[in-house]
Amino acid sequence: MPNKAMPNETPVEQVPVHVDHLIVNGELAAENAWCVSYDEETLPEQRPAFVPLALWQANQEDAELAPLLTSDTALNTELAAEVSKATAIAVDFPAFTDGRGYTIARLLRERYGYSGEVRAVGDVLVDQLEYMRRCGFTAMALRDDQHPEDALRALSFISVRYQPDVEERQALFERRLSADK
Amino acid sequence: MYRYDIHDQTLVDERVAQFRDQMERYRAGRLGEEEFRPLRLQNGLYIQRHAPMLRIAIPYGMLAGNQLRALAEITRRYDRGYGHFTTRQNLQLNWPALEDVPDILADLAKVQMHAIQTSGNCIRNTTSDQFAGIANDEVEDPRPWCELIRQWSTLHPEFAYLPRKFKIAVSGAAQDRAAIQVHDIGLRLWHNADGELRVKVLAGGGLGRTPMIADVVREDLPWQHLLTYLEACVRVYNQFGRRDNKFKARIKILVKALGIEEFRRRVDEEWAHLKDGPQTLNQAAVDAAKVHFPEPDRRPVADSANDDFDRLRTENRSFARFVTNNVTDHRVPGYKAVTLSLKRREHAPGDVTADQMEAVADLADRYSFGEVRVTHEQNLVLSDVPVDELEALWKELEALGMANPTVGTLNDIICCPGGDYCSLANAVSIPIAQALQERFEDLDFLYDLGPLDLNISGCMNACGHHHVGHIGILGVDKKGEEYYQISIGGNSTDDASLGKILGPSFFREDVPNVVEKVLEVYVSQRHEDERFLDTYRRIGLKPFKERVYA
Repeated sequence: MPNKAMPNETPVEQVPVHVDHLIVNGELAAENAWCVSYDEETLPEQRPAFVPLALWQANQEDAELAPLLTSDTALNTELAAEVSKATAIAVDFPAFTDGRGYTIARLLRERYGYSGEVRAVGDVLVDQLEYMRRCGFTAMALRDDQHPEDALRALSFISVRYQPDVEERQALFERRLSADK
Repeated sequence: MYRYDIHDQTLVDERVAQFRDQMERYRAGRLGEEEFRPLRLQNGLYIQRHAPMLRIAIPYGMLAGNQLRALAEITRRYDRGYGHFTTRQNLQLNWPALEDVPDILADLAKVQMHAIQTSGNCIRNTTSDQFAGIANDEVEDPRPWCELIRQWSTLHPEFAYLPRKFKIAVSGAAQDRAAIQVHDIGLRLWHNADGELRVKVLAGGGLGRTPMIADVVREDLPWQHLLTYLEACVRVYNQFGRRDNKFKARIKILVKALGIEEFRRRVDEEWAHLKDGPQTLNQAAVDAAKVHFPEPDRRPVADSANDDFDRLRTENRSFARFVTNNVTDHRVPGYKAVTLSLKRREHAPGDVTADQMEAVADLADRYSFGEVRVTHEQNLVLSDVPVDELEALWKELEALGMANPTVGTLNDIICCPGGDYCSLANAVSIPIAQALQERFEDLDFLYDLGPLDLNISGCMNACGHHHVGHIGILGVDKKGEEYYQISIGGNSTDDASLGKILGPSFFREDVPNVVEKVLEVYVSQRHEDERFLDTYRRIGLKPFKERVYA
């Protein structure tokens, strides 16, 4: 059958530019203003926008731009100081199995004290959100096939954490000892 | 034995609910096959050749009697009434139904068990010495340290998506029984000249496609820094381990590529930031872990019991054989550790029936303070048996078919499930083990050969640890046909080494003959009391090769 709409059929709903659902601080955000551009040469027209690091570095006067860090970003003191000027930092998950972004977020938060938004973008799945939050992501843009209601439920399954993380600064063994005192 | 508190119990209960939700979403089509894969693997669930396979965690090999009974019941209710103990001290079920897995995990949680991180690209079950806490040569009981590592690694938020699987083993004795040199990270607890506990940290060992012996990253880590240092090691691996090629993604490839000095430099650089952080251990934390591994309430055993035991050994040849091979000396006079053989011709190595599990649980209650250990050689251990009860225990084990007096001999084969069960395998391995056990069942001959590790893997992933067998057998596939490659000279203990391949591979039916020829060379060339391994090291591969390919 030809894939042609019948003249009397209602027009297909316009898909918005940002189809991904955004979770911010554990809740579904009302809107997702930020665009993510992977184009390393040209700035996107839309604002605000996360753009590749080098492009952001070259356009730091534009306050509506923020850096998009690839998962292989080698974060050091100099780079951390530079990106910390941004109001938000996006960390890309090129594949959900690429766990480097977790380390990047922890370093931004714990080592370099970044306090703005750290957003997970790319191949972001429902079942990763809990780990992401614990590593310091405050915003997660779900891949567009993910169900946001599943995501909110997934964030509340596990309440126990053995390790210290960005939210909980004491290891469980320390908290047990304090409780015993 | 570690007992859960409210936190541990809450975690396994919540984990069951989480997995149930994931499974429901998967079955409803809301979670794709690819996306579900790491989730099920990190809950122990594989999709295998015949059915799903569920790998249940037995942290550092320690099991309580009630847990073993629960495992027996689970194998009856959800499987075919038996389970398979693996070289990682876990238990595998080969025939569970996919939809039953959440219920199985719920049943496990009732007895403080789970299948968390028994698979997947994360930190796996930490393994240890089966004689931990009772060995004569022990410097420090590794179990509390393993437990601290278990907690640190369980649902670690940063390390659930590593480049590849990650395995840690801990030894606290003079002799390494945990194969620490062939793990991603091997840890050895030792005391320095001032009597202070130190941790030797090795990294980059492993078997599989590219077998390697680990390098020493740090000789003398003060114990307070164990977890922060491990975190630094794994973080460096997470950042720099190769992700473009799964065959080159293990930490051993990274360590090799960087060189140990550069790897160490990066770990130290990372550790400088983590050192003295919130995961730094203190005496109170370690003591709290140690409380879970108390000395059992051993009754005094009269000196005369040792005399009786010695007399019995001289009078009863069968008992003597059992004692020589399956009974290990104990730190506490009057006590022995007993290894229960899971190597019988009619079953795959490591297989145990539900009835046997229950019977072992009863024996553990009656003879050994209700605890059982799983060994990486796929046997079970009762760790605290008074010498005056050894004979009674032995008789009961005979009746169960678990007194096979061949532990440590050629007959005590380590073997993966192979092509009969595993979808990765290139060739069967269990029938090879059975054919060898049939060929070499004469006890006098086995004893004459002395200690001999024969390890069989059905594919190069090396679950059967063939690289570190004194004799190693690897199933290979050549144009759809099963062949077997034989290597000799491997070893997993202190003087670890990787086996060298003898030459072209063999047909399945030829394997027993080839092994026999290898043994003939050894028997004819050995010096008095020389182990197979030492003869090989002295004379090299050539004489073996000449005989086998003559």
